[in-house]
Amino acid sequence: MLALIEKRTSRLALKAAGVLLVVAVIWLLGSRQNFGLQQYGQLVVAGIGTGAVYALVALGFVMVFTVTGIINFAQGAFVMLGALFTVTLYETPFTGEGRTGLIISALLAVVLTTVIGVVVERLTILPARNADPLTLIIITVGVYIAIQGLALIYWGHAGRTLPSFTTATGSDSIFRPWGLVIKAQTLWVLATMVLAFAVLSLFLDKTMLGKALRACSVNRDASRLMGINPSRMSAIAFGIAAALGAVAGIVLAPLTKPVYDMGLTIGLKGFVAAAMGGLISLPAAVGGGLLLGLVENLAAGVTKAGLRDVFAFIVLIAVLLRGRSRAGRFQ
Amino acid sequence: MTAPDFVAETPPVSARRRATLYGVVAFSGFVVLIGLLQQLAPGGFDISRLTGGVITFDTMVRIGILTTVVVGLNLLMGYAGQVSLGQAAFFGIGAYVSAILTTRADVLGIGAGLANQWWWPWLLIVGGMALAGGVAYLVGRPILKLHGHYLAMATLGLGIIIVIVFRENFGYSLGSRNITGGFDGLYGVPRLRIGSFDLWPVERYYYLVWLVAIVGIVLALNLVRSRSGRALRALHGNELAAETLGIDTARFKVRVLVISAMYASLAGSLFAHFRVAVSPGPFGFAASLELVVMAAVGGMASVWGAPFGVAAVLVVRELLRTHLGSLVGEAGGQQEVVAFGLMLVLIMIFMPEGVIARLKQATRRWRSE
Repeated sequence: MLALIEKRTSRLALKAAGVLLVVAVIWLLGSRQNFGLQQYGQLVVAGIGTGAVYALVALGFVMVFTVTGIINFAQGAFVMLGALFTVTLYETPFTGEGRTGLIISALLAVVLTTVIGVVVERLTILPARNADPLTLIIITVGVYIAIQGLALIYWGHAGRTLPSFTTATGSDSIFRPWGLVIKAQTLWVLATMVLAFAVLSLFLDKTMLGKALRACSVNRDASRLMGINPSRMSAIAFGIAAALGAVAGIVLAPLTKPVYDMGLTIGLKGFVAAAMGGLISLPAAVGGGLLLGLVENLAAGVTKAGLRDVFAFIVLIAVLLRGRSRAGRFQ
Repeated sequence: MTAPDFVAETPPVSARRRATLYGVVAFSGFVVLIGLLQQLAPGGFDISRLTGGVITFDTMVRIGILTTVVVGLNLLMGYAGQVSLGQAAFFGIGAYVSAILTTRADVLGIGAGLANQWWWPWLLIVGGMALAGGVAYLVGRPILKLHGHYLAMATLGLGIIIVIVFRENFGYSLGSRNITGGFDGLYGVPRLRIGSFDLWPVERYYYLVWLVAIVGIVLALNLVRSRSGRALRALHGNELAAETLGIDTARFKVRVLVISAMYASLAGSLFAHFRVAVSPGPFGFAASLELVVMAAVGGMASVWGAPFGVAAVLVVRELLRTHLGSLVGEAGGQQEVVAFGLMLVLIMIFMPEGVIARLKQATRRWRSE
């Protein structure tokens, strides 16, 4: 017992030392650029904003993985589709002008993307249901390439713009608490993430369909015996993941210029976030997303903006290796 | 994709050796024939003309270079069963080592007396292989403990990190010059020569590239048919079972990663001397994917599949670029990307062992009927 406590405390001390080390390095690098508390605060705000997007994408990964055991590399494509469909629908005359037009276009974009998600599952995942992981990986990657290529043909190289939600114009309203700059759109992102998480949790916990989905993730054969169709659940999981991806893309769109190849890095970072939570837990995926956003922004902020992805992928590899050492979680 | 059935009906060793020898001789003969055809070109009867402009001689050189990479990737993915979605980064290491140490020799304090020697680039090719192998060794041990999806993600992340290092340089430059050239990359990589014999024009370089590819194929065939090769296939089938047979799976996996990285780096150096320039673009995620597609088309667990897979992908891409463009209209000439993705999906769904294996099956069935 005593030995166990000792082991625990030493592990805790090790963790604390690690965190302190990271903070010290960040502080050191930051002080070279004369960073004050305000700069760090700004980086944290930006980190939470991007982290919320990653969290939304991560929820999609968790949905698909728990129900089907597949990691869907095409998840990022849904983010891109959500954003670009909204832009196109908003720009076409029939949805009217102003804020209602924006909401209707966004809803339509989510529906469209969801349909695409389901179709993708039926056409590519279903026929290869029993293939080994390598084959499935390459299939989802192929799907991603195809969708990105179609997007390139349809939308072209140029980045689009979507007005921010609150003002419905290009400029965003900005709050300035304690000298920090917070865009209203960042708050939209956060609120959407929280809402999506809450709705998804309630759906999985309280509804019959949600319970069926969870049953499928526990044991496919047993759930089949109980009259659940695992194949249909797989399609539904892909649909939900596509919808979540689309929502992420839509709330993100006013902050960046959506473009046909935006999906790859966002999808990968969503995966990193999901993997940080072990790929099976929704709250952990949200936590992972926020943490990844923070780490990435702080590290890139104190070093060089171009290195942002390096930090994200170092986190990815570290998470995978660490998860592996814990009870063989990432087999 | 299932593990190859290597237990059933293995022909005697001597017969297999003879078959391999015939294969190598026939293939080399074909390569030399193409080379001669281009060089002698009676009445403009060259490769480009012969194939309606789809395959240029340039393409033939590219196929040779990429074959070397894909042979290495086949060893890793097809035989040992370890996914790599970052192989293009090793290709890039070779290219960048060659490019940096030839074009930036003065900034790095390497005397012109050394840098202008004919053997200097050749030394760098070996150095690049050593560096790529070293990187693979360092990252291999921890990363190869992962399986399936997780290994794919980790290698993908690794590949992206290496390419960002090429691009960003970590903000480090010597004197006024950026070592890796950033986004634009480096220009002016010298041509290879032996003594005073230039390995250029492209007709000469072609023979070098294919010599390397064929030596690579022969070495890979030897490896595959050796004791180690059987160990690799065993660990592809079932790692735990291989372990119980006394195979040190961790060591074998790292070794095969190192070998495949060295193949890639060698090809990368040849690519740098061929293009005379390097930039981060051709070594990114898309390139890694393309390599996987090539391996998949040729058949993952098939050394001879590599040149066919590479050729098929390059030719299909070229055909799509020239013919699809007129069908779909203008989109920056990028339509082939869609077809490329679809092709990947279809092949993996219907022919997970590769097109060549499927053709072989079909002909066997046709013969027996």
